[in-house]
Amino acid sequence: MEKNQTAHSNSHHGFPWSHVIGFILSLVLTVAALWIALSLNLSATSTMVLIIILAIFQVFVQLLMFMHLREQEGAFQITAISFGFFVAIAVVAGSIWIMEYGLY
Amino acid sequence: MSHAEAVDPNVPLEYSTEHGRLRIFGFWVFLGAEIVLFATLFTTYLIYLHHTAGGPTAKDLFDVKGFTIETFLLLTSSFTCGIATHELRRGNRGGLIVWLIITLLLGAGFVGMEINEFVDYVHQGATIQTSAFLSGFFILVGTHGCHVSLGILWMISVIIQVSKNGINSTTARKAFIVGIYWHFLDVVWVFIFTAVYLTGLVL
Repeated sequence: MEKNQTAHSNSHHGFPWSHVIGFILSLVLTVAALWIALSLNLSATSTMVLIIILAIFQVFVQLLMFMHLREQEGAFQITAISFGFFVAIAVVAGSIWIMEYGLY
Repeated sequence: MSHAEAVDPNVPLEYSTEHGRLRIFGFWVFLGAEIVLFATLFTTYLIYLHHTAGGPTAKDLFDVKGFTIETFLLLTSSFTCGIATHELRRGNRGGLIVWLIITLLLGAGFVGMEINEFVDYVHQGATIQTSAFLSGFFILVGTHGCHVSLGILWMISVIIQVSKNGINSTTARKAFIVGIYWHFLDVVWVFIFTAVYLTGLVL
């Protein structure tokens, strides 16, 4: 997370801590989602909210720990990928809203 | 095939030419479009989740052990791919190749399990033509599986180029981009795991 924009400051020397931490976080998030969905017996709505939050955390782990999103053209890359997420949310949420509530 | 361009020694090799920087940025734009492609498939799946036309439902089909193993295979391959990029940054050709091979073996295990799962479903009478739910399921999960298979072929070709030409600004850029692609597939799988498998069991 503290990786700076010049890219080569810390990531290729010594032990790859950010990758190991990212891996452990991704395993913990996955096991937590499994546990919430399969053993916790919450209501469907709260289960869905919780596992979607865990999935979003998982995305940030991948983007920041593994994908070197903030390097070099970072600002432009974040713009491109954010626009993708914006369209994705509009498509998924908008379609479910219209289809589920019979507004068509 | 070297590009006659100034090489900046202060940045990692894959960013050291303007050409390489632009290609990496362009790949991020491509990933933005991939997000939109998968969003449309997720939408179709979620809208038709309960439209099973009398055929098998998500609860009938999904096997927790199977999709959990698939998930851990892909998460681990994302980690080993990150280590490959780390070795690339260290200029360690042998390390880069070994970790890329481990990554694609894990990926191949994932694809193998997915094919098994699909064959199993078809034997249970759950084909792509059975219901809207299953059409959405096979198209979404199958599109992701095709991406992983393509990633495996791509990674093999990068390994061949790295072992032939060593690590230079061109092969470094190619190895770096295939790594980003692989992590992106893991991101998409996290949503398939959540929105398809867990949601299918909960709702």
